[in-house]
Amino acid sequence: MDLGPHSGFIIASYGLCLVTVLGLIAWVRIDKAIQEKALRELAEQGVSRRRPDAGGR
Amino acid sequence: MAFWDYANPTRFLRLVQVVLPWLTGLCVLAFAAGFYMSFFVAPEDYQQGQTVRIMYIHVPAAWLSMMCYSIMAVSSLGTLVWKHPLADVSAKAAAPIGAAFTFMSLVTGSLWGKPMWGTYWVWDARLTSVLVLLIMYLGLMTLWRTMDDPIKAGKAAAILTLVGALNLPIIKFSVDWWNTLHQPASVMRMDGPTIHPDILWPLLVMAIAFTLLFFVLHLMAMRNEILRRRVRTLRLRAATSAHPRSATATAQPAE
Repeated sequence: MDLGPHSGFIIASYGLCLVTVLGLIAWVRIDKAIQEKALRELAEQGVSRRRPDAGGR
Repeated sequence: MAFWDYANPTRFLRLVQVVLPWLTGLCVLAFAAGFYMSFFVAPEDYQQGQTVRIMYIHVPAAWLSMMCYSIMAVSSLGTLVWKHPLADVSAKAAAPIGAAFTFMSLVTGSLWGKPMWGTYWVWDARLTSVLVLLIMYLGLMTLWRTMDDPIKAGKAAAILTLVGALNLPIIKFSVDWWNTLHQPASVMRMDGPTIHPDILWPLLVMAIAFTLLFFVLHLMAMRNEILRRRVRTLRLRAATSAHPRSATATAQPAE
């Protein structure tokens, strides 16, 4: 596909969006892993929620 | 099930677990269709040539930058007026995503502007007000980081978010109120879109894809924020057990 004389601008735009979206996905996934690890470590230390199976009732 | 039933974080997390895979699948399909239409169905523009393809990411990113802030403003009302326990979780989780969409909108607009306008940047009302929006997002993210107590931070951020919401109509109508290099609205108009359907449809499909992406990331970020507050509460509980007299912090609603 020929993107014409301004192909550099088009590719840069899509490339930058791709990098930004991948960065957002990496951020939420890494953050989730960090929080889950912290919860696991707390559980191993015997610190847990008072009503783990109450489901908020 | 009522809206208030999801004030319970555990119930909300269960809902996220069910909804997220479907939403992610829809998002991937929408992007596949959007990219195909943007590059292989949509024709060149008679003035912009192939550069019009930047519009298929620039315009949805710009719409999402404003939609995200609108969601934060509604969430802020939820924090201050209804005291919904997940409202400030929603607002905090949305800010980095909104900042990213605003950044994408500014940079892709700039990369479109150089070949079309002859410059990457002008200080016209539309570009400047969107830059202010990016600064608002970054300021709110900083505010949340400066306060240790998420409840206090949430209230302060909610007030600042509502003040910043005044910028939304300025962004929308800046092209009508002032002389700007940025063109006026061509899709969301009272008299209907002025874009040919061959270009409009790929744009709308990409807008749907971007919107789905926002909701996927927002739900994931909200889940992380709820987990973060649980970690904080448990650490405080552990500290209270170890040093009962020195512990003064309160448990968070997202526990």
